Order: sequence, then structure tokens, then C-alpha cells
Amino acid sequence: MRYGGRPTGMQSLHFILNGTPVDVPGLSPTTTLLRFLRDREGLTGTKEGCAEGDCGACTVAVLEHDAKGRPRWRAQNACLLLLPMVQGKQVVTVDGLAGPDGLHPAQKALAEATGSQCGYCTPGVVMALFEATYRDDLDEPWKLDAQMCGNLCRCTGYRPIRDAAGAIAGSCPQDRHAEALHEAKPAAIGLSYSHGVQRYFTPTSLEVLWELLAAHPEARFVNGGTDLSLEVTKRFETPPLLISLEGIEALGTLTVSGDGALSIGASVRLADLEDASRRVSPALERMLRYFGARQIKNRGTVGGNLCNASPIGDLPPILIALGAEAVLLSRQGRRTLPLEDFFLDYRKTALEPGEILARIEVPPTPPNARTISYKLSKRRELDISSVAAGMRVVLDEEGVVLEARLAFGGMAATPKRAAKTEAALVGQPWTEATVEAAAPLLAQDFKPLSDHRGSSWYRSTVVKNLLLAFFEETSQQASPRLADRHTATAQVR
Amino acid sequence: MAPQTASPLTDAEASNPPSRERASAGAIHESAYRHVTGEARYVDDLPLPAGCLFGWVVTSPHPHARVTGIDTSRAKAAPGVRAVLTAADIPGHNDVGAIIPDEPLFAEGEVHTVGQAVAFVVADTATQARKAAALVEVGYEPLPALLTIDAGIAAGAFLSEPHTIQRGEPKRAIAEAPVQLAGEVRTGAQEHFYLETQASLVVPEEGGTLRIACSTQHPSEVQAKVAEVLGKPRSTVVVEVPRMGGGFGGKESQAAPYACMAALAALSTGRPVKVWLNRDQDMTQTGRRHPFFSRFEAGFSKDGQLLGLEVDMFADGGWANDLSRSVLDRGLFHLDNAYFLPHVRCTGRVVKTNLPSNTAFRGFGGPQGIFVIEEILNRAAAQLGLDPVEIRRRNFYGGEGRDTTHYGQKIQNDRLPDVMALLESRVDLAARQADIAAFNAQSGRVKRGGGLMPVKFGISFTASHLNQAGALVQIYADGSVQLNHGGTEMGQGLHSKMLWVAATELGIPVDRIRAMTTATDKVPNTSATAASSGADLNGMAVRAACVTLRERLAEVACRALGLDPSEAAGVGFEEGEVFHPKAQERLTFEALVAKAYMQQVSLSATGYYRTPDIAYDPKLGRGTPFHYFAYGVAWVELEVNGLTGEHRLLRVDIAHDVGESLADRIDIGQIEGAFLQGWGWLTCEEILHHPTDGRLLTHSAGTYKIPAYGDAPLHFEVSLLRGAPQPGTIHGSKAVGEPPFMFGIGAVTALHQAIAAFGPPGREVRLSMPATAESVLRAVVLQQV
Repeated sequence: MRYGGRPTGMQSLHFILNGTPVDVPGLSPTTTLLRFLRDREGLTGTKEGCAEGDCGACTVAVLEHDAKGRPRWRAQNACLLLLPMVQGKQVVTVDGLAGPDGLHPAQKALAEATGSQCGYCTPGVVMALFEATYRDDLDEPWKLDAQMCGNLCRCTGYRPIRDAAGAIAGSCPQDRHAEALHEAKPAAIGLSYSHGVQRYFTPTSLEVLWELLAAHPEARFVNGGTDLSLEVTKRFETPPLLISLEGIEALGTLTVSGDGALSIGASVRLADLEDASRRVSPALERMLRYFGARQIKNRGTVGGNLCNASPIGDLPPILIALGAEAVLLSRQGRRTLPLEDFFLDYRKTALEPGEILARIEVPPTPPNARTISYKLSKRRELDISSVAAGMRVVLDEEGVVLEARLAFGGMAATPKRAAKTEAALVGQPWTEATVEAAAPLLAQDFKPLSDHRGSSWYRSTVVKNLLLAFFEETSQQASPRLADRHTATAQVR
Repeated sequence: MAPQTASPLTDAEASNPPSRERASAGAIHESAYRHVTGEARYVDDLPLPAGCLFGWVVTSPHPHARVTGIDTSRAKAAPGVRAVLTAADIPGHNDVGAIIPDEPLFAEGEVHTVGQAVAFVVADTATQARKAAALVEVGYEPLPALLTIDAGIAAGAFLSEPHTIQRGEPKRAIAEAPVQLAGEVRTGAQEHFYLETQASLVVPEEGGTLRIACSTQHPSEVQAKVAEVLGKPRSTVVVEVPRMGGGFGGKESQAAPYACMAALAALSTGRPVKVWLNRDQDMTQTGRRHPFFSRFEAGFSKDGQLLGLEVDMFADGGWANDLSRSVLDRGLFHLDNAYFLPHVRCTGRVVKTNLPSNTAFRGFGGPQGIFVIEEILNRAAAQLGLDPVEIRRRNFYGGEGRDTTHYGQKIQNDRLPDVMALLESRVDLAARQADIAAFNAQSGRVKRGGGLMPVKFGISFTASHLNQAGALVQIYADGSVQLNHGGTEMGQGLHSKMLWVAATELGIPVDRIRAMTTATDKVPNTSATAASSGADLNGMAVRAACVTLRERLAEVACRALGLDPSEAAGVGFEEGEVFHPKAQERLTFEALVAKAYMQQVSLSATGYYRTPDIAYDPKLGRGTPFHYFAYGVAWVELEVNGLTGEHRLLRVDIAHDVGESLADRIDIGQIEGAFLQGWGWLTCEEILHHPTDGRLLTHSAGTYKIPAYGDAPLHFEVSLLRGAPQPGTIHGSKAVGEPPFMFGIGAVTALHQAIAAFGPPGREVRLSMPATAESVLRAVVLQQV
């Protein structure tokens, strides 16, 4: 068996930590980077605040190449990074930021803005600011919010952190960290690692993947790992056999056609999809903006979010509304499914053994389509949906609904379309009266549960309101972008 | 900076600071550069001593049950396990109750809440301890459980006798009032969510003594509880606090149990023991802000004057007393907020439930009490058709016979008019109201609201004896200085302020002074760093120590300058130099210190302070519990989406009275952070328990939501009242930690206004706390039907 053309053999784990190569002694492949830094390297600057990627105190920066092949410093949660995920990569932590010339500008800006009080969230905030320092696309105020929202602070009220972020974002000092951004993309790094009963494979080609799957049909897939790692950090499990898909280049490509169609590899990071969606789908961008922390979007993948098949995943509703198709691959061949048919039951997908989700194909926007997405949660940022919605209608020249696709998360055991409501819209003129007549049918389409995120009453009431909001918002603009909170008036979101 | 003189200052002089333009005005946190590099160490970051073991707490899965037996044999046989400890292993008292001994360290006979400690496993690694903890076999016989405050009240389960404060004839005043109003008010729990969870590291030293590094606001209490549990004198235990990653009250009384468990294990194994709670453990096992439930009857005049008020207030104490009685007392004391209550009776009682024991949380019952009166005013404004700003103005303290609180404390230095004037110089309230009305007239789906939130907050521990503090200042022969005081640093900038107090008093640059780790062997018998009192109490103690040193040094200076020691009172200390108006020569501080050493003069001094003239008699409901009041006022503006119930803060303007600030930027940081934390309590932060098995459903960052980056308003302006030194405080400053928390209540007033705009005028808004999107949407729907 070969990995990326190299002979097999159990390799060691190694990466570059604050500029110095580190060989990891025999450790479980589900050791997190956070535990390694703190327990093995004595680098206690990086903190554990929650162990689930929901506070940002453990943020580090990893040098990775985006979907366009450009090297980028990316803030990620060390509590969710398993050591094989940083194999061969450069990692910078708060302890290694200051150089011979003193503090990094992100450190200086935060300290001098009085951006630290107790100091416990501070190392993570510094690392999110560090990424911001080298980003060249923070051209709108809301993007800075999205950059920083993955870091909770219980002391400051965030005003000074915002001041620091505004001061250094995009400043890109010509230092050693900027020099690293000129490094060419290395060949994909394959890995075959074992420790005790645990094994971790990172194949770099589909061919090798099929071989591995044939040999280990019981293996679990991991990609970004932002959900799977919770089994390690919250439930203290040690998955025995993981196959990572992140080394297979063919799964990591993202193409945008001239007609607005998107072809999204399953390994595409959510941050890259957010970037691409700006130009072709404001409705998709709206969803990705509040999808989660920058740290999560920098690591989590499209395929991971879909294959997780959570009823409250944020991507399925909008992708279903856009008419996306799932491309499934196995050694035997390829098949495609409408995305709504990919979800069979609670956390159950249509994937057969030996089959992977390879790509998502989003067709071009039809003429005269109205599209929108909504995400409702207890907190605007960095939260899981109570309800997520993706809605599209396509109208004919008279304004009559030709096609309706209303998909919701948080309303059933799977992401699901509102079949009865859609049927009531099709063939009717796209008017407020039509929408108001159809909205009560949502109560027939969905019988949502009550949980700590929201009651059945709230979910049922709010989806009706969202349908109304969809009509109202798209009466001016076919696919409205989300108003910036910095200029927001009519929209709360 | 004006020079300090050697003579001890009177209190009045102490409160007249050297000058307004303090060098500390622009100071950042003394650890800021260590925070941003990751160099700042917290308990879990300390290097592990050789042979350190790790502890894991075994807890009850039941809200209430009889413990029929504990079998630790399988756990003890598990790999790496060094000890499994239960109540039977405690050599001293099995109790860690902060005030009342009703809180066993390990359950005996019964468990009273999910998460109550039953046993403690220590092993070579934390993983081994966790795995072995699952092998501790505890037999339970489930008992009926009280899982809500209503269930506790209905069952007559109380942790305190009623505490009543009464003035005048409230019943008659209400009956005769032209407008009557009655109702209920509820506020919910709040998790502290300090980013650093509870942690202790215990190192056994020779002769059966212990040195403990603990993340606590109250090292002396940790020391006392450890000594009691172990049956040892306190002198055998040293507790040190490097710094905390946030406290907010959650580490006042509730750090001690974990230190006690680790200490017991260290003593029993002879090895160092660390206990560190992960987020789920911390949230499940430790207490929170007390939920309050109040019933009220009020009488108003037609123009909105509150004429009479009766309130029955209940605090959910959880399963044990902890600090609940004091929390409830502060709720009663703050029922007035900034308003004169002519005829009033309020009665409070702590309810027992089978939930974690609720504890101190920033404001300590004050926010819950103040919320009640603010809610009553909001409802009255709706019923009377009055502007919510105007109804507040009409009830402020001030004017003939309107200057005494319901518990009989005379209000001196009423700064509310000053902070109102400051706010109104920056915010045209009438124009803001007009803008909101104009917006609401043209907007259907989105409505705006504004809320004025005045705050008067009493400063002092209401248990009067706690208002004392100590310090130890040591000058080394090279002129460098170590500063010890009894307060702990949790991010509030206390060490920064204390450094500036010492630098000012000694007349030396602040970088010549090092703030030392808080330790019970340096300053004994300290009170908790709590009740916003840290700088007030410790600042005075630091000053006293510095004055003693200055007096000693002044005599040395006189000799060096060729003056008679009787001239010592005239010696000045300024910018690292020492001088006398009658002498040409100036000495450097270092040269003076070197001379003092050679002349065998002591360069180490303690300082001590107690707050004068405070006392309260709970039987009478009368006294002067507070040294002074802190004041502030906020204007909060927001908009509500009527389709989803979401809201967004648009602008927040705050005018606040910190006297003469010891460090302006640090105080502003406290105010901003407190506002957003108060807003979180009332909006996105929701604690939910399973209705039958009592499990906490919101036990992690993924399920419990504190405010995030984008929740902070973009327009967020804080103005400090200038030229307003407070008499009898350190350098004229005032406490800042808690008072601004209450500004968050202004968001609820604003929500009321916005929600009301969705329906016909005059209809009472029924908004339950916390005002999540769901809660707001319910209120909007009720408004529209």
C-alpha cells in the first residue's frame, strides 16, 4: 500500500511549532494539539476554556493553502485539532509570536487597547487577531466581526478588542510570518500512523483510499474534525480507526463557472466557500456568515457538515434550496442524488459502505429566482441553529411561481423540504396573499420538538414568519445580501 | 503630581487626591503584556511538582436521594489510582459552608443535588482518575426533589427566616393610592462562565503543612476550610492566588471545596495533588446567580409617583445556604434603586431547592432587587400612559424628606443628579425618544425602544465585620519594592490600582514596585475580594503601610539633609526623589533607602484598614450598612425584529461615578464589561434543568450562551464623572466592579418600549426573563392579539 507515492511504514508525527521542527513521541493519534502543547511542550499560553471550539481560548494559527492555492495563516481551535491534522504543517502559538524585535503588532495592539482584563481569553484573541493581521480581504466591517466572533471574553464587553482589531486588521507587517505566506503549496502529505490499537490514515489519492476502505471497512472518516473531535474532548472516546480525507486533492477543489454554478469539493473549508459564495450566491453567503466561528470555518468542511447529517446543520437547508446535488463516489463508480435525498434519517445519510461524498454541484441561478437564507439561534454569533432556513422560488414572466424549494433545519429529524407548503405556492402568483395562505401549511409539514434551543411553539411560529420575511425581503432584491450591522436599520440580522 | 508629605493624612485629606491628572489615568493592566504573550500563569499553568497526582470528583446523578452505600474497592484497584476518598476519610469537619455549616464536603446519608460531591479519586494521571471515578459504586434510593423555586415555596422549604424591612404604612398607602398595580417578577440564574474553571494545586510540605495554589477570590476562607476539614490549625495551611481567569463571585465561596478535596488527598497520599474542573464539571457542580421570584403590590399617583409598595421576595438558594442570606439581604436593600419609597414593606426569604447551591455573582442580589423596582416602573408607565424616562425622574431621591432609604440610611453625596446631567450633556434624551417614535411610525416589522437605567448601589460588605483589609509593603535595600495586599486579581485591575496607590504614596515610579502573588502568609485574615470592595479596602491598607514607611524614612531624610528630625513632617516624596523645603539638596529614593538600611531602620511595614461607622440590625431592618453609594446612569437603545424576536443593541451611553478614578481606562473597562454581562443575564443566558431528573441541560459553551463579539453595541460610550472625589475613600475613588452590571437592565426597559410598539398603546408588556428571541417573540405575539 502506498501513501502519496511514498512507501508505507508507520510514520512518526511531526510538524513545525513556532518555527522549530517537533517530532512527536509515541502518542495516540487522537491527542489534541492543545493537550500536546500544554502537557508535553509546557506551552501553557494556549488555554482550554471549553474543549469544544466554542470559546476560542485555545486558538492557534496554522499555515495552510486556501482553495485557490494561496498560503494563509488560519486561526483554528487547538482543542479540536488532532495531532495528525497538523502533520508537516507550520503552527504558531501565542507563546511563539513575539520576535527578537519584541511583541507582535497583534499583541501590542490588544494590550494597549486595554483589551485584556483577566487575560484568560487573551491568548486566543491574540491569535485571531494574528490571522486578521495577514488577511487582505477584510474590506467590510462585518468581516471583522466574523473574524473575531469565535473568541468569547467574559470581562471586557469587547469594545477594546474591536478597537485593537480595527487597528491591525490587514496591516500585514513584513515579518517572518508574512514571509511564510510566500511558500509554495507543498505536495499533499500522506500519513499512516498507529499507536496501540489506534490507527490514523491520511491517503493522498482516491486509489489509496479505496484500498484502505477495502482493508478497513469499519473505519470512520474524518475531514475537518470539528465535530468528530468532540467525541475525544467531551466524551473521552478514542476512535480506533480514522481515515482522513483532507489529503486527497481532488476533493478539495472549488470552481465557480461563468454562469454562477458552483462545484464544491467535499473537503473545501467553509471559509473558502464563504469567500466564493460572495460573488455567486448572497443567500449562501448569508448562511456562512453566521455559520460559526472563524476558527471553525477555517477547519470545518462542506462534506463534514453534510455527512454529519445533523438536523441542525447550517448548510443543508440553503444548499437544498439552491437545488444542489450530491456526488457520491466509490470504487464501483459515481452516482448523484438531489441533496434532500442524501439525508435519510436522524444522522443517517444515503452513503453506502465504501462510498464517500465527493462533491456538491450547485446549478446556475435560474432567471427570475428569489432566494434567501435565515439562521436563528439563541445568540447571533457562534451558536447552533434553533431553526435554519433556505428558501427559493422561481417565477415565470407573469410572476407566477414555477418552482418552490423551502428547506428547513431544526424542524424534523433531518433537514427537510416543506412539501405541502411548496405545493400550495406553485402555480400561484407570488404575492403576500399567496404567502399568507400557504404559511399555515408549514404546521402540516413540520412537527418540531422542544429543546433547550427553542420550543416547538417558537420553531413553528418562526418558520411561518420567515416565509413572510422571505417574501418581503425579496420583493426589492432577488437575493438580498445581509445588511451590515454597522449600517443596519430595517434588518435585525 | 504634587508631592506626598511624610505626615499621616487624615481621612479627609486622603480623599483629596494629589491632583486630577494622575499618571495612572492612561495605565493599562499591569499584566497586559504578560497576558498577550501567554506568559501570565494561572493555577493550571504552574509547573507540576514531581509526583503530582490528579483528582476527579465523583458526583451525584440524582437531585435528591438516600445514599445506601459507597463501594470504592473496584476504583481503588484501578490502574494508577492512589486514593479514593469519601466522607469517612475526613479527619476534621465534613463541612465547607461559607457561613452556615450546612454544606458537607462529601455527601453523608443523602445527596441534595445533581453534581454534589460524593467521593474524590486521585491517580497518577487525570485520565486514570476519570476512569476510576466511574468505578466508584454508590447506592442511591431516589427521593422526591424540588426542582423549581415555586416547588420549594409550595413545599415550605426555606433556608432562612423571613427578613423584613418596613417604613411607614404601605398597606394603607397602596389602598388609598389612585392607581394600584400588582403582579409577579422573575429573574433567572446566570452561570459565571469565568474563562478559567475552578482549579487548585496542593503541595504537602514538611511537618504536615500544606501550600495551596488556588484560583479563588477568598484565599483566607480556603485556608480556613482546608484547616477545618483536616482538623488542623490555620497556621499549617498557606493559600496563594497567582491570578484568576475571571471570578465574578463564582470563586468567592465555591473554590474552597475543590481545594479541600485536593488537600485531603495530598495529606492522605503525601503527594502533590491537582484538581482542575473541565467546563462541564464546573457548570454542573458549582452554583450560579440566584433566580428571584417576587410578588408585589404597588400604589401610584396618577402622575407616576410611587406612594406605597409591598414586595415578597424569594431567592432560590439551591441545596445549601452558601452566601444566600446575604445575597437576599442585598436584594432587599436595593429594592429602592435610585427611587424614594415613602411607604414600603419588603420581606425576603431563601428557598431551598434540589439544585446546585447558588452563590455570589457580581451585584450579589442587588441586580435582582433593582430589577423588581424597574419592572414595576415599566408596568406602571404602561398603565399610566407615562414616558418611562419621566416616571423614573419623578421618583428619584431628592427634595424635602426624600433622602433616607427604606432601611434608614441617610443618603449623602447624592450623585444621581450629577450623572444625569453628564448623560444628558452627551445624549439628548428627548431627541432620542422622538427618533425612536419616528422610526416606529414608519417601520412595521422592526421596532425600536430606549431605556433609561439609573443606578444607586451600596458599597460595603453588609456583614459589617468583613470590611477590613491588610497590606505588607517591603522596601529592599536597593530601593525596589514588593507590594502585598489581601486582595486577589481576577482581571478587574486591582493589582494595577494598588501599584499606583503605593507609587503615589511613596513618590516613586510604578515600575519600581512589584505586585506579589496574594498569599495568606503575607497578609492574614483577609476578606474576600468581593462586593466591589477590593480597591477601597486594600487601597487604604496599602496606603497605611506606605505612610508608616514614609514616616520612618522622613526621619532618616532629615538627618541626611542636615535638619532636625522634628522637621520630618515636611519631608516630601516625589518622582523618585526626597526633599524638604528647608534644604537645597534632594536625595534619590534609593540613596535614602540605602541610608535607612545602614542606620538599622525597618523597611517593611504592614498596613491595616477597617471601614468606620457602618452597622445594620437585621431584626429592626434599620442601619447604615453602606459606607457610600456608587451612582451611574445608562441610556440603552435597541431594535426588535417582530418576526423572529431577535434584538440588537444599537447604542449604549453611560455616565458613571467612580469618584476620582484610580485608573480611568481600567474603570471604563469594568463598566463596559459589566454592562454586557448584565445584558447577557437578561437576554441570551438561559440556565435550563431537566424538569424531572434535575440534570443541567445547558452545561457547556455549546449550550449556554454568553454575549459574543457582535453583541456589543457599535456605539458604546462611557463617560466618567469628573471632579467628584468621594470623602473617606482611597484617593477619593469609588468602587466600580458591580454597580455598572445593573445598566444591563436598561435593555429590558428598552425591550418593553419596542415590544409595546407592536400593539395598541397602554397594553402591559408581558416579557419573561431571560429575553431570548423566543421570549421576545411571545411578548410580541401577546401584544398583537
